[in-house]
Amino acid sequence: MDSDRIDQIINKHQGQARSLIQVLLEIQSENRWLPREVLEKVSEKLEVPLSRVLRIVTFYKTFSFTPKGHYEIDVCTGTACHLRGAQRVLDTVQDLTGIKPGETDLDSKLSLETVNCLGCCGLGPVMEIGGKTHSKMSPAEIADALKKCE
Amino acid sequence: MARVNSPAELDRLRKGFLSKRDPDKPCIAICAGIGCLGLGSDRLIGALEEEIKKQFLEAKVDIRVTGCHGFCEKGPLVVIYPEEICYFGVTPEDVPEIISQTVVEKKVIDRLVYTDPNTGEKAVHQSEIPFYRNQTRLLIGNNTRINPKRIDDYLAIGGYSALAKALFEMSAEQVLGEIKKANLRGRGGGGFSAGSKWETARNAPAEEKYVIVNGHEGEPGAFMDRALLTGNPHEVLEGLIIGAYAVGSHQGFIYIRHDTPQLRENMEVALAQAEEYGLLGENILGSGFNFNVEVHLDIGIFVSGESSALMRSIEGKAPEPRPKYIRTSVSGIWEKPSVLNNVETWANVPQIISKGSAWYSGIGTERSKGTKLISLSGNICNTGVVEVPMGTSLREIVYDMGGGIPDGKKLKAVHFGGPMGGSIPESLIDTPLDFDALTKLGAPMGAGGMLVMDEDTCMVDVARYFLDFLAGESCGKCVPCREGIRQMLKILTNITEGKGREGDIQLLEELAEVAGGASLCALGRSAPNPFLSTLRYFRDEYEAHITGKRCPALSCKEQAHT
Ligand SMILES: Cc1cc2nc3c(=O)[nH]c(=O)nc-3n(C[C@H](O)[C@H](O)[C@H](O)COP(=O)(O)O)c2cc1C
Ligand code: FES
Repeated sequence: MDSDRIDQIINKHQGQARSLIQVLLEIQSENRWLPREVLEKVSEKLEVPLSRVLRIVTFYKTFSFTPKGHYEIDVCTGTACHLRGAQRVLDTVQDLTGIKPGETDLDSKLSLETVNCLGCCGLGPVMEIGGKTHSKMSPAEIADALKKCE
Repeated sequence: MARVNSPAELDRLRKGFLSKRDPDKPCIAICAGIGCLGLGSDRLIGALEEEIKKQFLEAKVDIRVTGCHGFCEKGPLVVIYPEEICYFGVTPEDVPEIISQTVVEKKVIDRLVYTDPNTGEKAVHQSEIPFYRNQTRLLIGNNTRINPKRIDDYLAIGGYSALAKALFEMSAEQVLGEIKKANLRGRGGGGFSAGSKWETARNAPAEEKYVIVNGHEGEPGAFMDRALLTGNPHEVLEGLIIGAYAVGSHQGFIYIRHDTPQLRENMEVALAQAEEYGLLGENILGSGFNFNVEVHLDIGIFVSGESSALMRSIEGKAPEPRPKYIRTSVSGIWEKPSVLNNVETWANVPQIISKGSAWYSGIGTERSKGTKLISLSGNICNTGVVEVPMGTSLREIVYDMGGGIPDGKKLKAVHFGGPMGGSIPESLIDTPLDFDALTKLGAPMGAGGMLVMDEDTCMVDVARYFLDFLAGESCGKCVPCREGIRQMLKILTNITEGKGREGDIQLLEELAEVAGGASLCALGRSAPNPFLSTLRYFRDEYEAHITGKRCPALSCKEQAHT
């Protein structure tokens, strides 16, 4: 965790309670999880009660309380992808990785999430691995793509 | 960039751009919308740049990286100007040929143009390709002509002239009057009159007022707002500034998805460039009108697109709706009058001001005016963003633009409005696209996601799917919504798993009545819609699951497939 970078984000919004969500989003996107010490610092610097910070962080699945894996796997289960077999893709990924949506594997390599519509429904069923979009994958192709996550 | 201080200077600037442009100079417009990027258009852009360098054509050919062209199914998409040749499914391997054959020698490459799947006929231009030919692309049509990161492209096609007209030739009341006369209705789901909303906020007694773009686009299967906002951010921004002038607001917010980086990037570039030219900020175009805009990221929960929840979120609080005894146009962000409109609603404003309300209300139906962007997806040959005049029949959208249903399957139903909408059976496919006509059928248009379903789709599962979606997206604050959705979902899941019992339908109807009547916000109140509409048109499927323990569409895994 690069604490200077986090301090930088927080200090930019010092004393601005209204920036709470923007600050949390920014830290989440850079650090990929929100350690408790960081949340305490956010609470102190932005002058927001810690309970309110925790309430937001624990409720929305955009935020993560535990370290995420190096590669994030997002399986789209939006309507278009659902109609085109997203469940099969999700089942395959779960079988291959042994993790369920919301979980990270033991060596912190992979995290799995389901998302609602990535905005490219024409390619469905779609999944993203480490930010790269994969479309209409067969189980064998999924296995191949996952093997490349080293 | 120098500040522009008057409409005359803006005109001069525009003429300057045009005189410097050679209309015969080849320009390759490559789609970098979300769909095409997913298909590798970034590699294509790299390959084009390299090839042009290799052939020493840098001074002779322009490359334009654009937003979504619409025909996502056939990406990566390329349009070559000045002939406007459309190429589909272009790969980096095609690049050398495109440069030497099409750009230099002006020859069309047969393999890359559109081929009609039925007749085998080739089509080279948008005006000949069925997907585009039947559309009226007033809002999204310019996407191929604009690099969203270059405000000059937008100015060159007449951008910000509506703003100049509004600020210098019209009073705020006149602007408001035009929007009211045009009968512009909100595109985010409710179809509420934009003019009335603006007027309420304008007349509300407060010093400070806000205007907001709702770019949350939480409806799964809807991607037209992203296509518009990333592809032509200035069109939306110009509408917002005009709206602010009409309402008397000096601060705007643009609320966008946090998970689509291009959205934020393009919007921030657009804001910075508009500010440099003096089209945003203090003393806009020398008119004395001041207006600033902030970008806010959403938190990735569906309910944050609801107006009061969205406003809470901008205040930095958890996005939970409040009861709306007082409208947000009277008391919104920090209890100040706040006008919230959808991306597409704002994008309609500049053309109404430029061309007038009479022109605008000539398009569409009696009570639904203008065009509508539709995200066409599901079991359809041509997934993509289409724009059609209100009143276009659903049949035309599915068959003329959408190209029908793939794999020779039969159309079963179309679903509008995502988790808060409803399904229309094939027998009603001649219904016009119209706010009120669709609402009457139990399938309100929503934001414009149109999901096409073939005969293999189980309608009970569709209802279950949307409730499953909403169970994770409700804020959880009020009981009728939180528990109503959960219990309905449980029963529907049982039914799809072959565990349905006599009386389940009645129980579901009772739950639907409570959730629909007693929930705090429109999420809970509309949550039963997909169930109610599928029950209305496909009751026999529910009964087959419960009594016969079978799924007529052969889709539910746990059911007997007989
Ligand atoms: C649960 C829920 C989610 C919504 N999501 C969106 C959305 O993503 N985008 C949007 O423009 N409107 C959304 N709306 C509608 C907004 O509350 C609001 O009516 C709309 O943004 C107003 O703009 P319009 O009048 O231009 O349509 C949603 C409403 C509800 C109840
Ligand atoms: S539903 Fe999966 S990308 Fe839209």
